[in-house]
Amino acid sequence: MISDLAGRLLHRWRASLQTRVAVTTFLLSGLVVLLLGVLLLQQIRSGVLDAKQRSSLSQLDFGLQRASDQLSAIESPSTGSVVRTASVILSELRDRSRSSDSYEVLLLATDQNGESESSSSDFDRTSVPAALLRAVSRSNHEAWTYTRVKPGHVPTLIVGGTVSSTAGYQLYYFFPLTQEQQTLYLVERTMLLSGFLLVLLLVAIAAVVTRQVVRPVRHAAATAERLAAGRLRDRMSVRGEDDLASLASSFNRMAETVEKQISQLRELSRVQRRFVADVSHELRTPITTIRMAADVLHESRSVMTPELARSAELLQNELNRFEALLADLLEISRHDAGAVVLDAEPVDLRSLVTRAVDVAQPVAERRGCEFVVDVPADPVVVEVDARRIDRVLRNLVVNAVEHGDGQPVEVCLRAGDGGVCVTVRDHGRGLRPGETSLVFGRFWRADPARARTSGGTGLGLSIALEDARLHGGWLQAWGETGQGSVFRLTLPWRPGLDIGEPPLPLDPTERTDLPSPRPLSGRETTGV
Amino acid sequence: MLVVDDDPALAEMLGIVLRTEGFEPSFVADGDRALAAFRATKPDLVLLDLMLPGTDGIDVCRQIRAESGTPIVMLTARGDTVDVVLGLESGADDYIIKPFKPKELVARMRARLRRNEVPTNEVVEIADLVIDTAGHVVSRDGKAIGLTPLEFDLLTALARKPGHVFTREHLLEQVWGYRHAADTRLVNVHVQRLRAKIERDPERPEIVVTVRGVGYKAGLP
Repeated sequence: MISDLAGRLLHRWRASLQTRVAVTTFLLSGLVVLLLGVLLLQQIRSGVLDAKQRSSLSQLDFGLQRASDQLSAIESPSTGSVVRTASVILSELRDRSRSSDSYEVLLLATDQNGESESSSSDFDRTSVPAALLRAVSRSNHEAWTYTRVKPGHVPTLIVGGTVSSTAGYQLYYFFPLTQEQQTLYLVERTMLLSGFLLVLLLVAIAAVVTRQVVRPVRHAAATAERLAAGRLRDRMSVRGEDDLASLASSFNRMAETVEKQISQLRELSRVQRRFVADVSHELRTPITTIRMAADVLHESRSVMTPELARSAELLQNELNRFEALLADLLEISRHDAGAVVLDAEPVDLRSLVTRAVDVAQPVAERRGCEFVVDVPADPVVVEVDARRIDRVLRNLVVNAVEHGDGQPVEVCLRAGDGGVCVTVRDHGRGLRPGETSLVFGRFWRADPARARTSGGTGLGLSIALEDARLHGGWLQAWGETGQGSVFRLTLPWRPGLDIGEPPLPLDPTERTDLPSPRPLSGRETTGV
Repeated sequence: MLVVDDDPALAEMLGIVLRTEGFEPSFVADGDRALAAFRATKPDLVLLDLMLPGTDGIDVCRQIRAESGTPIVMLTARGDTVDVVLGLESGADDYIIKPFKPKELVARMRARLRRNEVPTNEVVEIADLVIDTAGHVVSRDGKAIGLTPLEFDLLTALARKPGHVFTREHLLEQVWGYRHAADTRLVNVHVQRLRAKIERDPERPEIVVTVRGVGYKAGLP
């Protein structure tokens, strides 16, 4: 819960420039105001106390003078007269105390009769800190200190001095600092409040100023977002002539250029699609005628001279290649133009696998190659474009036969939560390191020397890859020299669905579920 | 046999091949005159190019289908789903993509013509439909429903084994007569067309039922 809140705050801090500026302003101005306040308070405090001290020292001077006069006037000092005189002095000095500057007085006498004291209140010798007593006795002069007479009382300024005329007399004034304390409290409160208001004000100003900058930036971000979403006609509104207005107009120019480029590309792609369609139609009709003519010639080889018969044969064979190449070229250009449509419907993949193997059977027989087909017993119903997946599977199977050097070709179908896998494995010469990504390249050949002898157009795997991608699936290759190669087609259960963990590993050495090849029976095995 | 194609070389070559195979083709080069030629020659089968000057192949197909169940095989330069499906929906029984092998074309044409040569004599009932295989008539409550021969064959194949699930491949083999044909769109479109004619509510079919991921079956009465 707390970490959740912290996470939200952290997110706000990261996401909002305004928040960041406001918080920074708050922290910095708060620090400055705090330092300033402390400094100011210190100054005021010492000022107030200095004044108090000066006035109290002058009071003391006066008191000492009066006491000195009175005490020296006593002719025969007896205990009684001294005490009387002391009380006279006290009441005289006490009377000068005003309400605004009230104080109490304590007169201490130390003579041969021992210690005596007279006080205008309940302050006595113990109320005076020992350090002050010592300082006054030692220096025979005035001294002062701040103290709390009793715990919890207001701080009190105590000034003391020695009465000069007669030794042994000390006069102390107690000034409670009630007034000063109140003044300082008031100042403190005022400063705290105004400091707080000042910080708030600064934060507000910072927020407002940032907002002025941030708003157009946010507006730009939102417009960019809409542009990215495909609404290419959206623009920012330009107001004024400041930096932000120039941001807006630059942004709009950029959007303008992007829109123009995209519409140009769209037009280009449309033209290309159209061109492909036209080429398709225009080329196919004459080829159909040629094809039929060649077939008629081919059929009547028996009545021709050997040269003519061979020519008819070559014409026929090359026409087959040409047709295959043309079909593949048109298909891949349709993929390039983005003009392909996925016609998905639920299909049992087992039937597609079986059919692909059946179709490749004649080629396999010529090469003395055997199929080991391993499909689950239950239907594997996947939403796919049957025509495309059929083409992909045929391609993989025929490729495996052609590169399998007569070794068995293993075809395996597995379904899992994450999707459906078909692997086609051959045990031929395999792929060299780095070739696993090259095999999907257009017109790439595993062995340039064999290019002419093996059939195929060199586009089969590229188209297969595009078809797999169209379904949101993968087509991957694995291979090691001398170990053969594996092609794995992974499809989601429905086009557009995410693929999780593929039910079959690409690398056949990681397969643990079955020792291959294992004996199979019934429809599951197609062997020669 | 009527060939509707605008390319003179292809038309001539088709003529050579078809005559060798024992057909008697007549030709028409543009779509506007196709219907008139159809009425004049009364062919057993129409070979129709989809891209034609004047009325295009799809419309010609609809016009012919509107007045006859004669098998129509489309010639198309494009195997794109949209083109093929559009052609099939407009009433063609089959299609062949250029360039094609002459043997393949002839095989498909023969497959379309062959069904007329197998007379059977039985009456099959499915749901509230009565199928008279001898008379080639399907009727509901005594009223005949006009089906093309292909649609009739498709329905009969399904209705003879009510509840049996036919894969699309199986139907292609049995009704169209092909092996190893991967293109199941042919079956899908024709099933839709058949449903539009025989189902009370084509959106919720009760006679020809889809079995997801497998194929179709005739619903039990």
